[in-house]
Amino acid sequence: MKPEQDRGRIFTRRAMLLAGGQALLFSGLAARMYYLQVIESSRYRVLADENRISLRLLPPPRGRVLDRRGVPLAVNVQNYRVVVVPEEAGDIEKMLDRLNHLVQVPEHERRRIMREVRRRRAFVPVTVRENLSWEEVSRIEVNAPDLPGINIDVGQTRSYPFDGSAAHILGYVASVSEHDLTGDPLLELPGFRIGKNGIERQYDLQLRGKAGNAEVEVNALGRVIRELRRQEGQPGQDVDLTIDIGLQEFTAKRISQERRAAAIVMDAHKGDVLAMASNPTFDPNAFNDGLSGTEWNRLITNPDAPLTNKVIAGQYAPGSTFKINVALAALEANIPPSFRVTCLGHIRLGNQIFHCWKHGGHGSVDMIDGIKGSCDVYFYELAKRVGIDKIAAMAKRMGLGQLLNIDIPGERSGLIPTRNWKLATLGVPWQLGETLVAGIGQGYVLATPLQLAVMVSRLVNGGFAVTPHMTLAPPGVDPADEPPRSFKSLGLNDASRRVVMQGMVEVVNNPIGGTAFRSRIKEKEYAMGGKTGTSQVRRITLAEREHGLRKEDEVPWRERDHALFVGFAPIDAPRYVTAVVVEHGGGGSKVAAPIAHDLLLEAQRRGSSTIMPGRIASASTPGKDEVR
Amino acid sequence: MRILPHQAVYQTEMTLRQRLWQINWSLVFLITVIGGVGIAMLYSAGGGSMDPWASRQLIRFGFGLIGMFIIAVVDIRIWLRYAYVIYAVALILLVAVDIIGHIGMGAQRWIRVGPLQIQPSELMKMSLVLALARYFHRMNIEDIGRPAYLIVPTLMVLTPAALVLKQPDLGTAVMLLVGGGAIFFLAGVRVWMFGVVIVMGLAAIPVGWNFLHEYQRQRIWTFLDPESDPLGAGYHILQSQIAFGSGGVFGKGYLQGTQSHLNFLPERHTDFIFTMLAEEFGLVGGLLVLLLFAFLMVYGLAVAVRCRNHFGRMVAMGMTVTILLYVFINTAMVMGLIPVVGVPLPLISYGGTAMLTVLAGCGFLMNAYIHRDVRIARHASDV
Repeated sequence: MKPEQDRGRIFTRRAMLLAGGQALLFSGLAARMYYLQVIESSRYRVLADENRISLRLLPPPRGRVLDRRGVPLAVNVQNYRVVVVPEEAGDIEKMLDRLNHLVQVPEHERRRIMREVRRRRAFVPVTVRENLSWEEVSRIEVNAPDLPGINIDVGQTRSYPFDGSAAHILGYVASVSEHDLTGDPLLELPGFRIGKNGIERQYDLQLRGKAGNAEVEVNALGRVIRELRRQEGQPGQDVDLTIDIGLQEFTAKRISQERRAAAIVMDAHKGDVLAMASNPTFDPNAFNDGLSGTEWNRLITNPDAPLTNKVIAGQYAPGSTFKINVALAALEANIPPSFRVTCLGHIRLGNQIFHCWKHGGHGSVDMIDGIKGSCDVYFYELAKRVGIDKIAAMAKRMGLGQLLNIDIPGERSGLIPTRNWKLATLGVPWQLGETLVAGIGQGYVLATPLQLAVMVSRLVNGGFAVTPHMTLAPPGVDPADEPPRSFKSLGLNDASRRVVMQGMVEVVNNPIGGTAFRSRIKEKEYAMGGKTGTSQVRRITLAEREHGLRKEDEVPWRERDHALFVGFAPIDAPRYVTAVVVEHGGGGSKVAAPIAHDLLLEAQRRGSSTIMPGRIASASTPGKDEVR
Repeated sequence: MRILPHQAVYQTEMTLRQRLWQINWSLVFLITVIGGVGIAMLYSAGGGSMDPWASRQLIRFGFGLIGMFIIAVVDIRIWLRYAYVIYAVALILLVAVDIIGHIGMGAQRWIRVGPLQIQPSELMKMSLVLALARYFHRMNIEDIGRPAYLIVPTLMVLTPAALVLKQPDLGTAVMLLVGGGAIFFLAGVRVWMFGVVIVMGLAAIPVGWNFLHEYQRQRIWTFLDPESDPLGAGYHILQSQIAFGSGGVFGKGYLQGTQSHLNFLPERHTDFIFTMLAEEFGLVGGLLVLLLFAFLMVYGLAVAVRCRNHFGRMVAMGMTVTILLYVFINTAMVMGLIPVVGVPLPLISYGGTAMLTVLAGCGFLMNAYIHRDVRIARHASDV
């Protein structure tokens, strides 16, 4: 056989083998394709969809906060922004120059814009300016053809039309911080705002609503190609407050004349808070765009604590306003109203001397006289007889020394001391002298203005354990459908209550010795009763007494007494209750009582408590438009 | 096995007209169909547009076909005579890119000649087949049994492979080694020698690992476990498999591939074009394309077996194996069977050099067919 043919034969055989090998490789490839595209297909299909389908959250509009007649106190307003889409704009610098002729773009903003443009993908819009006026919006719209990549975008911002008037009630909204995260994906949306204080915080979940979502198809860079499916969310629910914004504004304005003050007006029967103001206040609108570091520092380091709601968080020695409680405790302990004490201006207990505010003394006083003239000696005597524990028990029944669970955050409990409390916390047994001091609302006793108002409410409403609240009905419930709240009876003797109320009426209306006669309401149908209080901030030294007490004006502001007044009106069928505290205001009768006079008169004239939602339905329409 | 009748007449001289007459139009048709699939896929890769890829590919394909015809009708003995020269030129160019790469401070695979970018490693794939075919053409079956005679051809394979590996281009190096090995096998080299080489090769793997670039090692690691790094180096493999799998049996439809059109699939117009095809046309489409290449393989085999001169059949089979190596490496790579090495799918992937190389290979295959009955003397001096 010729080698040539031999070689050919070997070649042919091996070529066949090689081809067979290649056929094997082909079948291997086909098998792999079968595996990927048939056996594992469903798994990969899911992965492909996960790749391309992205769930976008649609933030719901935040619910409004309305006053008791439906006037919006917190709304969403449209916020016109101008944004630039870098990939459409081309040369951003040039575009900003052109835009600068239409709306001002400051130099530092420009740097921020350029920085964001560089950092983000070219199709992500970058905000150039927010809160454009209508005029600016139209100027840009008219020039739109010359401004490729420049768009007007509508967002929503929270707005508080009454500014600082109800700031402590409403609170404010601000960006979500790390510790606010609860797992609700809405909170992770950039630019999302949540309630940080007040009603905004208390009812944040209801106001927030439920996020909708949209399934969108995205490419590998995250650019949205089209929307596949959309599920609308649930807008946040409106919150109906018990506040009468007219009275609220009046109250806020009235106390703004004092440096630090707190005032509340509430309905003694329903527990509705009609007005609640704390001074100084702040502008909740300022939190919208985020406060600057210095603004925030100024707010939190301000010694007057503008962010604190002093009505619920300010704890003060109640001073003589506490005598209401001591008198009730005495009457319930079967000490008759006719019980008399002779006041010589001071009382001696062992080697201690306890002074009455009135230097020369009140002479012989019974219980009503004691309240009327706020005789300290009379109440030293009552307290000594009744004992601290019974006084404390009555105080607790009247709502002092405990949280009342009002529906805004930040409430504090105050303090009603007892023997056990002192032993447990201070490790020292109770002294009788401390009972005397507590009898005039000094010493350890602390109460918030809210608690004082509740105390008076429970006294004048027939002895029911009313609790305060800020909302007419739970969010989402029509206030008209909400059954009236009912409260348990405290089991107080009616006669006892009437004696104390009579004393309070005389405080204001008895020209002879009534401590707040100058602040009486002259219109008979609006007449009020009340109790003054002046709580010492510092001890009066023996030396000072010997030299004669200094005039209030001569004392540095910080050392002046707190001025308090609690009151109710009208006197024959009490409905409105107020508590006013003016820090370092001097005397309760001189400073606090006139404010209470104005508040109670205004509340009655307005009929704040009888205003019901829907009365001015038309007035709430613009608010609804703003939410859209 | 006897393909041709014994008494068949050897031809010695053919006129150009005879050669043109011999052009096998069914091969031209097959190549055109595969090229057409490529242009259709590039149209889809361009988002349903001839720009930027499909139109240019069409022009290159046209020029490539002309080149193919020219190669096919040149007398096979001229190719035989210049086989070593062509190989030497390719080798010099390979060394040249290496030097230019050093000067240019970075890996370089291209040489610019006028408007053309030449990739010498591609040129080398075909030149190596020609050179080896010539070498074995003049050898006895007895000579082939002697290891000493294999030293030269082994160096002819290893030298360019080492240069290419240095570029670094693992895919081409593997193609040169496997393609060269296939020709050794066809030439009749003893099977036990392959055994020795394979064992030695396996033993050399740990040594070779040290010579690999860091990114090449990384590719091998991520190939072994792509899901360990789904956003990093494993991303391409994973996204490619997702595209395959989500295509299912019938695919998502032409121009409808979500993985491809939403940019999840990388390099959809070059190395991963088969993935896009499989996503849009499913298992059916993918298998049809593999079938087209299988036809090409069978065609190559038939030509080689019918060829009566040794040079011709070595060239025919060598070219076929080389073209199919592209196919195997590319498709196995996009399906996650082997690491990503950057080998295009012949005639379908976008890219000029590979397209011209493959069409040149087809030209040589056709040349062997046209000159199947030409008798070629064993020694060049006899030609």
